[in-house]
Amino acid sequence: MWRYIVKRLLWLIVIMACVGVIIFTIMWFVPGDPAQIILGAGATNEDIARVREQLGLDRPYMVQLGEFLINACRLDFGESYVYGIPVIQEFATRLPRTLGLGLISMFLNIIIGIPLGVNAAIHRNTIWDQGVLVLAMVFISVPQFFLGLLMVVLFSVQLGWLPPFGISGSYPTWMYWIMPVLANSLSGMAMNARQTRSAALEMIRADFVTTARAKGLPERTVIYKHMLPNALIPVVNSLGMQLSMVVGGTVVIETVFSFPGIGQYLLTGVNSRDYPVVRGSVMILALFSAVITLLVDLVYAYLDPRIKAQYVNYAAKKGGAKKGGKK
Amino acid sequence: MANAATVTKASSVPKRKKDTQLRQITRRLVKSKTAMLGLVVLLIIILACVFAPLIAPYDPNYMDYSALNAGSSFAHIMGCDNLGRDIFSRILYGGRMSLMLGFTVAIVGMVFGVFFGCIVGYYGGQVDNIAMRICDVWMAIPGTLLAIVISSALGSGFGYTVLALSVSGLPGSVRGTRAMALKEREMEYLEAAKAMNCSKMKIMFKHMMPNIIAPTIVGTTGQIGGTMMSAAGLSYIGLGIQPPTAEWGAMCSSAREYLTKYPHEMLWPGFVILLTVLAINLLGDGLRDAMDPRLKD
Amino acid sequence: MSEEFLQIKDLVVEYSSGGQIVQAVNGVDLTVKKGKTLGLVGETGAGKTTIAKSILRILPTPPAKIQKGEIFLDGQDLLKLPEKEMMKVRGNKIAMIFQDPMTALNPTMTVGDQISEVVLQHNDYTKQQAQERTIEMLELVGIASVRYMDYPHQFSGGMKQRVVIAMALACNPELILADEPTTALDVTIQAQVLDMMRELREKFNTSMILITHDLGVVAETCDDVAVIYAGEIVEYGTLAHIFRNPRHPYTLGLFGSLPKLDDDSKRLSPIHGLPPDPTNLPDGCKFAPRCPECTSECSKDQIMLEIEPGHFVRCCKFTAGGAPTAAKTKKRQPASDIGRANAGQNKRGGV
Repeated sequence: MWRYIVKRLLWLIVIMACVGVIIFTIMWFVPGDPAQIILGAGATNEDIARVREQLGLDRPYMVQLGEFLINACRLDFGESYVYGIPVIQEFATRLPRTLGLGLISMFLNIIIGIPLGVNAAIHRNTIWDQGVLVLAMVFISVPQFFLGLLMVVLFSVQLGWLPPFGISGSYPTWMYWIMPVLANSLSGMAMNARQTRSAALEMIRADFVTTARAKGLPERTVIYKHMLPNALIPVVNSLGMQLSMVVGGTVVIETVFSFPGIGQYLLTGVNSRDYPVVRGSVMILALFSAVITLLVDLVYAYLDPRIKAQYVNYAAKKGGAKKGGKK
Repeated sequence: MANAATVTKASSVPKRKKDTQLRQITRRLVKSKTAMLGLVVLLIIILACVFAPLIAPYDPNYMDYSALNAGSSFAHIMGCDNLGRDIFSRILYGGRMSLMLGFTVAIVGMVFGVFFGCIVGYYGGQVDNIAMRICDVWMAIPGTLLAIVISSALGSGFGYTVLALSVSGLPGSVRGTRAMALKEREMEYLEAAKAMNCSKMKIMFKHMMPNIIAPTIVGTTGQIGGTMMSAAGLSYIGLGIQPPTAEWGAMCSSAREYLTKYPHEMLWPGFVILLTVLAINLLGDGLRDAMDPRLKD
Repeated sequence: MSEEFLQIKDLVVEYSSGGQIVQAVNGVDLTVKKGKTLGLVGETGAGKTTIAKSILRILPTPPAKIQKGEIFLDGQDLLKLPEKEMMKVRGNKIAMIFQDPMTALNPTMTVGDQISEVVLQHNDYTKQQAQERTIEMLELVGIASVRYMDYPHQFSGGMKQRVVIAMALACNPELILADEPTTALDVTIQAQVLDMMRELREKFNTSMILITHDLGVVAETCDDVAVIYAGEIVEYGTLAHIFRNPRHPYTLGLFGSLPKLDDDSKRLSPIHGLPPDPTNLPDGCKFAPRCPECTSECSKDQIMLEIEPGHFVRCCKFTAGGAPTAAKTKKRQPASDIGRANAGQNKRGGV
């Protein structure tokens, strides 16, 4: 297992380097000159040239890319063109919020979505099951921003229970988190519930579940020891994708609720052509998502002995017998 | 004469077989009430948007200064926005944009996905390995994020938005078709085709592709809803389609400021997105179950 | 202890799917004697597996439902047992060997854990004792104890079936339900597995119901045979009765479908047509539409007739007066040949 973890960690570094190259390259082609934006409309050409030189924007692509990547290793993403504050300094206050928002949402996705799906499968074709299915379908079909806005209209404007936006003010702090977290996690929860339900239904009819019953095991054991671990394999497999969607979702959610996290920072950077802000934010969000994917893959390998065996018994198998495995 | 008779007979046999399979799927689909509900709702929405010029009571950009932020009335059934534009008319015209976005991105993704998926799946081995690593890197940036960055680099507008969403969605669809192509690769009819000295191109696109395309279409149908939501999300955060062009996400975005006083300006376009995506997802689910009845309980 | 160890009386099982009701088992009576093996022979979908699963009460309900009947094990009606008591029977007194070893094992548990799980469930063992018992069972079926911690995907099909058998035998059951235990295996492995099962059965004096459609396997393993068609027993007797003197047209058809080594005719004589649509069974004899000797009598309900001591046939041609004898004798000849041929080939079968 350690071998696998080390391998995956190395791969994580490679992926992040590639992400850096991709982001830098895309931003390279962005129309609009940051120097122009910094100086405003009345700037002379000489001023612009001077600022460009100051920022190092006149140097060739490869040089700038190299500098960006080397600095990124030290988590130094440069200074914001617009505010003149180092990007990393902004992260210090914003990153915990985004991580909090993302992680709580992911946690709820899993901790509510999966048991709901299992329950629906066990009580299939009952009103409970149908209710879960219908609700899940609706929540999968609501755009996140609309769900957020609906909540604002209902809970803030109409009922006045929760603060409509921001992160602090006259309400207790935790209340500012409720709507962003819910808006960010309900669709994922619904997806998990649906997927778990269909995976569990497939497993309920599996032969080895019948075998387990024929052994005289109590129904609880049959479900939790035999059916569930197998039903969870496909669910966990797609969880990585789905949780990385949560990371993307935080950008939209932070905009809806004016939640001052990395996502909002990213969008202000996009609008003002603030390259260091955009690159830094994307890098940090991609890292977040990559780490989550890595963790999910480790859980997956732990759950599915067919994957685990490739690595655990690697030494015993005298190497080379299996070519690395698919993932 | 006799020759012609045998020809028609020979050609009619496989044709009929194909028809029955298609008919079976159709029958199962028609049987599913939810799928039919989705189809009907979706068709109504599509037709309403296509014939927007005939149905819409106003020009989508006509501003009625006497009806700023007006609520529902006979003159404006969904009310007016902050510039006095008729929301119903804007939803109809905006739907053309939103639906086009969703369908175009899905189709572009499907075409490129099947193309690359077939190639990668056919060659397998090292080609497959490299392609999958590229997909891994690509997918390391969450789709929404990549779309945001690309569309901020390219600018707003229909074409650029399609490009941004397609690029960020492509690795997913390549992976999907590649998995199917790998499965097909093991099939014996491909061995037979190889044994008959078929060219690689012919094997990939004449033998493999038709078998992959049906499940891919089903999968794609399920994705159109998600794509439309992403597109609306992009427009909402100020990228994608921008005002004054009518688009559902953009309409929600500009109504955000008036949320407390005039929530209807945001609710109408939002509900229409919800309804459309719901209809597409119901249809997509029904299609998937009809293709593979085993999945249904 | 009564000689009739397991006794099934008038078992009726129905499946309901999409508003349609399928009669899977249709009034079956069976007995299994202590230490003996009953072969349950019939085509796919005849209801063989359903009978086995009814005995253990592990039918998926819904859609399946045991409509009526009684299943006595040692004089105790299993169908009336509370679920908690039934759990003590499953895997302990009665164990089942499933058809497909590839899917019958849980892929996420080590085979050792899967076996010791059933040991722990039915015995007051410590984990240590259960492990020892498991290793003992693994070695009994010819699997090295080092493979305790291996997962099912690391085993071949034949080895997996050995694991399944070890699991079934782990609690010394008094009755084994073997549902086509060798169908999914290669022919060479089949013989090995059958040999092993017979040895183990003789060693522990276990009764067994062997479900199969392979007459060769029946000849090798069984003491009694029941031929089942569309949820009904059509012929029942000892191995010698069925193989030397098959009487029901369906049984004759089954033998006619086998290639014979000592017959120079070029063609097999298979049963024509397909098994009946289970949602719409014919009245009277279920086999009538495919029967070469069908008469007008066949549309009436058929009863089991004892044509010689211990040999029962459900066919109207044996009722007094209504016997198309010419056809019978003509058909009988080749069939008894194959019976002899089979008995000859399989000396171990003890026919």
